[in-house]
Amino acid sequence: IMASTKASKEQKYDRQLRLWGDHGQETLENAHVCLINATATGTEILKNLVLPGIGAFTIVDGHTVTGEDAGNNFFLSKDSIGKVCVAGSFHFLPTALTCLRLGSVLWSASVPFLVCKTYGLIGYMRLVVQEHTVIESHPDNALEDLRLDQPYAEFQNHIKSYDLDSMEKKDHSHTPWIIIVAKYLEKWLSEHNGQPPKNYKEKEAFRQLIREGIRKNENGVPEDEENFEEAIKNVNTALNPTKIPSAVEDLFNSEQCKNITAQSPCFWVMLRAVKEFVHNEGNGSLPVRGTIPDMIADSQKFINLQNVYREKAMQDAAAVSKHVESLLQSVGKVWPESIPEKDIKLFCKNASFLRVVRCRSLAEEYSVDTVNKDEITSCMDSPDSEMVFYLMLRAVDRFYQQHSRYPGVYNYQVEEDISKLKACVNSLLQEYSLNVNIKDDYIHEFFCIFGRYICSNLLLCFILGSAAQEAIKIISHQFVPFNNTFIYNAMSQTSATLRL
Amino acid sequence: MADAEEPEKKRRRIEDLTEKMAVDSGHRDGGCDWDGRWNHVKKFLERPGPFTHPDFEPSTESLQFLLETCKILVIGAGGLGCELLKNLALSGFRLIHVVDMDTIDPSNLNRQFLFRPNDVGRPKADVAADFINSRVPGCKVVPHFKKIQDCDESFYRQFHIIVCGLDSIIARRWMNGMLISLLSYEDGVLDPSSIIPLIDGGTEGFKGNARVILPGMTACIDCTLELYPPQINFPMCTIASMPRLPEHCIEYARILQWPKEKPFGETSLDGDNPEHIQWVFERSKERAAEFNITGVTYRLTQGVVKRIIPAVASTNAVIAAACATEVFKIATSAYIPLNNYMVFNDVDGLYTYTFEAERKENCSACSQVPQDLQFPPSAKLQEVLEYLTENASLQMKSPAITTTLEGKNKTLYLQSVKSIEERTRPNLCKTLKELGLSDGQELAVADITTPQTVLFKLNFTA
Repeated sequence: IMASTKASKEQKYDRQLRLWGDHGQETLENAHVCLINATATGTEILKNLVLPGIGAFTIVDGHTVTGEDAGNNFFLSKDSIGKVCVAGSFHFLPTALTCLRLGSVLWSASVPFLVCKTYGLIGYMRLVVQEHTVIESHPDNALEDLRLDQPYAEFQNHIKSYDLDSMEKKDHSHTPWIIIVAKYLEKWLSEHNGQPPKNYKEKEAFRQLIREGIRKNENGVPEDEENFEEAIKNVNTALNPTKIPSAVEDLFNSEQCKNITAQSPCFWVMLRAVKEFVHNEGNGSLPVRGTIPDMIADSQKFINLQNVYREKAMQDAAAVSKHVESLLQSVGKVWPESIPEKDIKLFCKNASFLRVVRCRSLAEEYSVDTVNKDEITSCMDSPDSEMVFYLMLRAVDRFYQQHSRYPGVYNYQVEEDISKLKACVNSLLQEYSLNVNIKDDYIHEFFCIFGRYICSNLLLCFILGSAAQEAIKIISHQFVPFNNTFIYNAMSQTSATLRL
Repeated sequence: MADAEEPEKKRRRIEDLTEKMAVDSGHRDGGCDWDGRWNHVKKFLERPGPFTHPDFEPSTESLQFLLETCKILVIGAGGLGCELLKNLALSGFRLIHVVDMDTIDPSNLNRQFLFRPNDVGRPKADVAADFINSRVPGCKVVPHFKKIQDCDESFYRQFHIIVCGLDSIIARRWMNGMLISLLSYEDGVLDPSSIIPLIDGGTEGFKGNARVILPGMTACIDCTLELYPPQINFPMCTIASMPRLPEHCIEYARILQWPKEKPFGETSLDGDNPEHIQWVFERSKERAAEFNITGVTYRLTQGVVKRIIPAVASTNAVIAAACATEVFKIATSAYIPLNNYMVFNDVDGLYTYTFEAERKENCSACSQVPQDLQFPPSAKLQEVLEYLTENASLQMKSPAITTTLEGKNKTLYLQSVKSIEERTRPNLCKTLKELGLSDGQELAVADITTPQTVLFKLNFTA
């Protein structure tokens, strides 16, 4: 029965396993999500989390929630791994107050908090997480890690093993373009004082140099050598200097990396180990990634070249492991039990793509002293910015606080509520010293259409679909969550991410 | 006078009216509505705002139309289709038809939530309709377990709006072509009542898009065909003699070994048959071992053979919501619809991009202008065939070319019927001149990407 359950799970989850792998799926099955006021939204968010396989749920009714008593066991237990709290605010939840209290409890417990709200045709999501590390960010357009500008010893030896001029035509036409570029780069460097092609003119000349290497037939006509064409096409990216991305440099310089303790999460221990590697065995560079793109070549040449990269990657990962071991020892921990080797290998492979997301707390967002005035005023400079909807949502919150109801619920209230809401907008802008202008249209629209029960099911579905994926990102530590406010306008089908 | 009324009386009067509207609409169709059921929808429809559509008149009639008359067709009952059906049913649409030619597979269950494990094998359209009909009182979903090509003009004509949740570009283009063929023109002017809006949604992993097409008025699927780059297949010489990736080994087993070894007799390779995949997997492993290639797994094998596209519930939920929002806007004329293409990506944060796709002046589907074919008279018919399939704006699959010669209809080449293919194959090697074609000759081309033939005009070049 166990086997058939495993097999049927593999079948069921096949399409998503291809995105986050078995290890990602495991994190979902071990996750525990708390849904607050989810019952008011029907089963939408539950569906979006149950379908991909989230393991456990705690559901809390919004009417009774306060920061302190909302699922105490859930929040305050020591182990917050795999826990996310999603709060939906759709009706009756006095947003600001409750969310702030809830927010501070969750912040202290290091439980990521995702707030979802819809109001008329505007959807809102806020992610609150102190520090979220991502090893597998799966970037869409990653640059290859080829090291052509600083070939390591084994790579150099491998390049030496080729003699392009003396090769048979068949071998010549099936030599990987990486080798071709490497060979011609050697030639160029020897003729240009060790300086690689830098500007467009030089790169053109370099491409021409390669083109001249194409074999010619007895009539002097260049043969059809696709691998050489590939080499020429890839010159630009191939010549990119090997560099540690600034995002990774920033991580190296962060406090968590500098101060490794027994409590340091694995991410920081591994990052520090990579940093040590960079300053020692790596000679200023990250561990070699170990992958190369497919290219025209015969099987043997390609596989041999691929193995040169793979073996170097393994070597570098082993060196990083040594640093991990000594770091752990220095804080009284044991290796490899604390951090398995396969985790270190995965970390090294993704070294260029590591990301850490730090969201500001709700307290910081709401406090007059720390409100992000710059972000608000600069967004409001653009006429079409979604920021205006954020401010309107805040004004509506304020309205609720003052009048214990939402504006314009009944037709007869509409006229007086216009001026009441406008007053809320003004007091909000004044309190935060925001020198921005909100057109009357927005105020009229907000309460003409927006009132109690206003959440359009459809808007909810958009936001709760997005929310589910953000929760999955948080739980799996794969792909990068947004930071920190997402506004969706169903009128225009546009959206924006704001940092508040 | 209303103004002189006491506020409390005024409030009660309006509340009574509101209650009455809810009760009225319930009674009209047999009372399966309850008080307040459609309040949220009503709010949109009964109050104008600065951003509402210029044509919009707030009224109860809008709601009535939605509930009682508006007929929607959902194409596809898969990842998007399930979400769309749910969204439309809960928004008040009651007359919904759904077309899907597939049956339920276990791998659908991570997102196609109208289906349960014991539904596996049953037609998606039927199960989806059953589910919605039993859960949403008053909603009538009519299923059609068939291909879209098996339905005719009169079927499609009955709908007010059509929304697609397809996983095939060919099917999209066909649907697009069908709606274009329903357009009627009077003295060259398009009759707006012949326009059936098409809302098209697509998803792939964490990416998706939603677009609004008003056939004959806005950019159609074929106007923006370049947005769907053709699938790249591995070159045969790589597969046959110099594999480098595990995928090459799998394609070798699929394309070369299977037809040669016929492991299950005359049966063609069925990606849904685990025995077939297992066979391909084992042959692929052998080939990979020969060339020291690592990475062949059962999952990869299945993915390559079936051209599997990864999919999750969330992207489908988001795109279906966006599409259903457009259906709602158009059905109620309450807000200006999306103009006209939205792209969504949540790999890194959440990103949307909305733009207006432009009509192509000489679009092969919607421009009504005969397409230009420029070839020298010495060109072979084979070259024309290759152009029709390889050109990024045409991307035809297996075009059938006919023309009129000496007053008679002549098939120049047709692939889909074996006897005709054999008879017309020699024409491929003949030149256009040899075939008797002249400058300005009109060629009619049929293909699965369109329900109507596309007219081409031959322009001889030097």
